[in-house]
Amino acid sequence: MACVAWPPDRQLECTPPVRTANPTLLPLAPDMRYIEPHAHMVSRVTDDYLDLATAGCQAVCEPAFWAGFDRSSVDGFYDYFCQLTEHEPKRAARFGLAHFCWLCINPKESEDLKLADEVLAVIPQFLARPGVLGIGEIGLNKNSKNELAVLERHIDLAAAHDQMILVHTPHLEDKLKGTRLIIDALKSDRRVRPERVIIDHVEEHTVELVLQAGFWAGMTLYPESKCTPARAIDLLERYGTERIWMNSACDWGVSVPLAVPRTALEMRKRGHTVEAIDKVIYQNPLEFLSQCPKFRLG
Amino acid sequence: MTRQQVLDLYFLDARCKLIDLAAFLDRVDRAPGEADFRLAAFRQALRELERPGPQRAKQVLLAFSDPTTQPIAKATTKAACGAWPGKATGDPG
Ligand SMILES: [Zn+2]
Repeated sequence: MACVAWPPDRQLECTPPVRTANPTLLPLAPDMRYIEPHAHMVSRVTDDYLDLATAGCQAVCEPAFWAGFDRSSVDGFYDYFCQLTEHEPKRAARFGLAHFCWLCINPKESEDLKLADEVLAVIPQFLARPGVLGIGEIGLNKNSKNELAVLERHIDLAAAHDQMILVHTPHLEDKLKGTRLIIDALKSDRRVRPERVIIDHVEEHTVELVLQAGFWAGMTLYPESKCTPARAIDLLERYGTERIWMNSACDWGVSVPLAVPRTALEMRKRGHTVEAIDKVIYQNPLEFLSQCPKFRLG
Repeated sequence: MTRQQVLDLYFLDARCKLIDLAAFLDRVDRAPGEADFRLAAFRQALRELERPGPQRAKQVLLAFSDPTTQPIAKATTKAACGAWPGKATGDPG
């Protein structure tokens, strides 16, 4: 890095102009541990599992999502749910990682109500499988009437089978409206217990809505959309570290599988203690996910 | 962190992003043809940067957001473009 010309008293310093709030806190603890609570590993190469394990990941949780193209029939979903519950845990286990999953039809494929109903009908036969944590990631994409109808059917399915829920909120200009509609839908079903629901992909304009309604909030660390590491840490500093987690949501798009540990590193630069970081990247997901008795580590 | 520490950690990054924003606007100005609602939304969001108070990021996000409350009749695309087209072309509410 080139010397910076200002301030004058640092002109001769060729070290990076970066200071930690408390330099004695660096570096990260070598035994850092974390849980990756939202990653689409079917879209990732095996080297990513190695990287996660090397960085201290203890478990990875994989919500069902859109493949990047529309599946043509319920059979495609059946095979996908088998992949999530049978094949992917074996890939993870090669690197000592526990693998869990959530099942649903993604809101991007919810415009077709007939297909959605067919998929909803096959989900119950998978719910008892060892790694299945609940229903997710359900939610909205373009905030359409059919998407909302399928969201309500998923909520009903989860309530009927006493399942936890992981919610996807829409992208970009659709997020605020979608978050409001999702919270209304969840609140209108009295069987839903907010402490067993995480609403993911919050940003500055939606985090308060989610937390004030009693739900857990997820922050997704993306390079181009959702939260950057710096903004996610801002939210932690402003809204606290209760009922909130961070995830990479790595998939087939632009995403960073190691976003959580990299954000932990940035938290250290900003003076957060090892204990505070551990709470956000390990204890919090452990607390939420352990509400499902099937979530066990080691 | 102190303000000095925030500057030490983030100033060069923010400076880089600011120049990129300026270059983007220059690029739009140089280009032929008409802009669309996204540029208007962008300029509206830019105004939020000059407002005092600690809610600039939230206000920028709100400036790009669909403010309506009723579900749309049908999703005709899966994609989001980053700005709300507005009443003329967008959600009928
Ligand atoms: Zn996802």
